[in-house]
Amino acid sequence: MSLDKKFLKYPQRQYGMDHNFYDWSMLSNRPKVSWPQGKKLALWINVCLQFFPLNQKGKPFVPSGGLTMPYPDLRHYTLREYGNRVGIYRFLRSFDDYSIKPTFALNTKVAERYPYLTDILKERGDEILCHGLHMDALHYGGQDINEERELIDRSLNDLRELTKQDVVGWISPDRSESENTPDLLVQHGVDYFCDWVNDDMPYEFKTKSGDLIAMPLSQELEDTFILLNNKHSEDSYVEQICDACDFLLAETNNHGGRILSLNIHPWMLGQPHRIGKLEEVLQYITSQKEVWCASASEILEQYKKSKV
Amino acid sequence: MKEDLQLYDYWPYIDRPKIVWPNGAKLAFWVAPNIEFYEIDPPENPNRKPWPRINPSVTAYSIRDYGNRVGHMRQMALLDKYNIRGSISLSTAICEHHPEIVGMCLERDWEFFSHGIYNTRYTYGLSEDQEREMILDAFSTIEKHTGKPPAGYLAPALSHSEHTLDLFAEIGGLYTCDLFHDDQPTPVQVRSAKKFVSIPYSLEMNDTIAFVVNKIEPRHYGKIIRENFDRLYQEGAESGTVMCIPTHNYQISCPHRMRAFEETLEYITGHPDVWVTTGREIAEYYIEHYYDSSCLDINKKLGKTS
Repeated sequence: MSLDKKFLKYPQRQYGMDHNFYDWSMLSNRPKVSWPQGKKLALWINVCLQFFPLNQKGKPFVPSGGLTMPYPDLRHYTLREYGNRVGIYRFLRSFDDYSIKPTFALNTKVAERYPYLTDILKERGDEILCHGLHMDALHYGGQDINEERELIDRSLNDLRELTKQDVVGWISPDRSESENTPDLLVQHGVDYFCDWVNDDMPYEFKTKSGDLIAMPLSQELEDTFILLNNKHSEDSYVEQICDACDFLLAETNNHGGRILSLNIHPWMLGQPHRIGKLEEVLQYITSQKEVWCASASEILEQYKKSKV
Repeated sequence: MKEDLQLYDYWPYIDRPKIVWPNGAKLAFWVAPNIEFYEIDPPENPNRKPWPRINPSVTAYSIRDYGNRVGHMRQMALLDKYNIRGSISLSTAICEHHPEIVGMCLERDWEFFSHGIYNTRYTYGLSEDQEREMILDAFSTIEKHTGKPPAGYLAPALSHSEHTLDLFAEIGGLYTCDLFHDDQPTPVQVRSAKKFVSIPYSLEMNDTIAFVVNKIEPRHYGKIIRENFDRLYQEGAESGTVMCIPTHNYQISCPHRMRAFEETLEYITGHPDVWVTTGREIAEYYIEHYYDSSCLDINKKLGKTS
């Protein structure tokens, strides 16, 4: 019994990372960032509006939150749709009650299928970013580059057309990427993306086609990660977000501005028994005097200014 | 495959020779931060997949990188605050990839023990020679970058062969963290018959097992750590016990978990008669003072004469 020689060879064993997507950099060694009006913690509420097609192909895998029962899996399909019909309107009311400035990440299919909702978002004027075409249109390693280019092209162009916004932000469906995704996004006018979870602050990604910023959208603090993946209670969700808020605020005292990013889904937190938990969280965070609630692009713009 | 590797004899947790830790301490407490490097695209071991999805496995890879980019400084600051020297379970390629981290731990006189080269290179399927080469490479890397060879071994990603502990003992190792059979140090039988021991490292208190496998809530993690401590501390009056919290910077150092962790450190270090120490110090102290009497007692209970 033995393995091939390559198992004891380490071609990337050298200073820094083992790839060229970005440079190695410890957060604590970077210049401090400051937010407007002396605020310390930026609050980025990111709402994912998703469409899970009933005829899911699951290629090359079923996304988290995807359908799991034989066709037609009406239970999961409609439970996800609940978010776009009911949950989102609860969210909007709660946001307004707590003067939250949300950012909306749309599957382009959602904008296409629900013009009423799209119009409401357009009227509100909140930032919209592209969350890919739909939850079953995945980007993945080894994907044909032309197929992926077409997918990105269609997702972004159609969303820009439907929302009349520039749309410069991106989250891949289920945060899954191919090795070409960052490069293709830059080619299609994307300034920042939110798939990588290796930082608490924005940082520069390297692509062949130009600059791209990775924005820190925590997965550990996602509603679906805590409630669905970890199966924690709603009360624990509140505790965890409030503990994170306290910790990050304290960290700003020595390390400069920080970001609390909450990625939330109306099909999860928009349920009648959970919306109150979202409100508890919003109440707690917005009662901290040093919190600045802003859209993803505003946070990014301020980060760039602050660096200069 | 064997039914049992004969690494230790059955030794009931009752009427053992009494252990007293330095300064009369009842419990030896150590924190073992795993500082790991996971490769984005390692050669795929036929026995275990490194990543859950097709590479690049963006979230799985990047949250582990978070541990080094963001998390390490947080945990180090916390351990400094409670005067705890970490015993690092080190993916030794960190010495090459992120020497800054190794430097900061060296300044603090933390212990470095071997956790293999990368946490994406498993022991499974390696021949004995290949495994020896891997273990030796990791061993020499620590010696070269820290000036001191490691005393302890935790196999990379807890992947073992039948000879893992034999091989580590033969190149000069003193202790293993791979066995979860006891709450006190125990002699381990290796083929070289060297004095080699198991130091309790605890899978149950391991943050990644708690959060990722058992999916427990952060504050509940804090609660079970304190309860674990309470019982070991109480029993430590009869004979000294060992408590370890194995951590990972991509888990414990996330903003929503630091409070629960800090509360446990404050609680444990706030007790008298706790020896706050490192894995190596526990192993050395045990070997010097209790190894021989333990072997005698084990043999006595097995009915052996020698």
